[in-house]
Amino acid sequence: MSTTLRSVDQPERVAPSDASAEAHASTRVAQPYMDPYLAGIGLGLVLLAAFVIMGRGLGASGAFTAFIAWLAHLAAPAWAQQNEFLAGYLGDGSSHPLKAWLVFEVLGVAVGAFLSGMLAGRLRTTTERGPRASVRARLIAATLGGALMAWGAHLGRGCTSGQALTGGSLLNLGSWIFMMCVFGGAYAVARFLRWQWR
Amino acid sequence: MHAPFFKFGAFGDEVGLIWAFVLGIGFGFFLERAGFGSAKKLVSQFYLDDLAVFKVMFTAIVTAMLGTFFLSRAGLLDLALVYRTPTFWVPQVVGGLLLGIGFVVGGYCPGTSVASLATGRLDAAAYVSGIVLGTAGFALAFPALRGLFHAGSLGARSLPEALHLPVGVVVFLVVLMAVGGFVGAQALERRFARIHPERS
Repeated sequence: MSTTLRSVDQPERVAPSDASAEAHASTRVAQPYMDPYLAGIGLGLVLLAAFVIMGRGLGASGAFTAFIAWLAHLAAPAWAQQNEFLAGYLGDGSSHPLKAWLVFEVLGVAVGAFLSGMLAGRLRTTTERGPRASVRARLIAATLGGALMAWGAHLGRGCTSGQALTGGSLLNLGSWIFMMCVFGGAYAVARFLRWQWR
Repeated sequence: MHAPFFKFGAFGDEVGLIWAFVLGIGFGFFLERAGFGSAKKLVSQFYLDDLAVFKVMFTAIVTAMLGTFFLSRAGLLDLALVYRTPTFWVPQVVGGLLLGIGFVVGGYCPGTSVASLATGRLDAAAYVSGIVLGTAGFALAFPALRGLFHAGSLGARSLPEALHLPVGVVVFLVVLMAVGGFVGAQALERRFARIHPERS
């Protein structure tokens, strides 16, 4: 019903790359995105507030480590405590592994993004992909990409949030090295993944 | 009142978790506002037709950098108490490359995948499950990765220390680089729109 209404009320968008996004589109038109420089100032002020209030920056990948540390601790407590990578997230065992700063922050990210998406009419149940990629191929690539990213972020001691944004604005040497390598790695392989996006 | 407030004992861990949630809401809100809940928008950066990732990222870095620089100069913020991730250049080179590859393969980075999942994208759900599986695999493989993880340790070193330049000069150079990048990005986008008018 909603799709029928949409095609009557509004002209079809012809860009083929938007075909997948239109599949479950609601009747409401998505608003255009915020100006990138304004959004950047907004993000920068949130980051600055984190420095001023907490004395630390923003992050994301560490929340996933806390989650795995919690699961590992449930499944094999002795092994988890001995694992050098997870031990830091378990502490002395006096506090729940999920009662971590980054876990709460990432929950906030989900809520904030949902609010913004809702206000702008951008909530869509869809699989983002180019016109040549199948849903199946896209979901497999997304899973693989997430796993690659996890290794990258854990080796680099942070991701785009914790290293590039936070460490970048604190003028951390390692963060700038990391950031340059992120762009380098992405540009190096972009042509081989064109099928997925264009 | 001295900043960072938490480090000066203005509140405890539990209140800190509330701040984590509140700051996270702001972070997620602006990520989604910028369009970073969309994998197609994000990867456009690497096909050069939409450089919003670079613009947003560097505007945010410059904003936070100038804020911390001037607040610390004014004596309001003690930068020595702000946590800095130590530099281990070898795993950070390898990790950066892997993350960059994972960005184009998967379409997101960790923070943006959470924003995207929250706005309904199924590929973001697949990506997040990939992060969980990858993190579990990383923990299992950690004994073998230990050497790499600790290689190239330089401590909590800053760019000004590494370049032997005053902080103010590096701050100025970063601003200059960002502004140059923005001008270049606008020119690239205009050029791309001329060559491929159907895509913009």
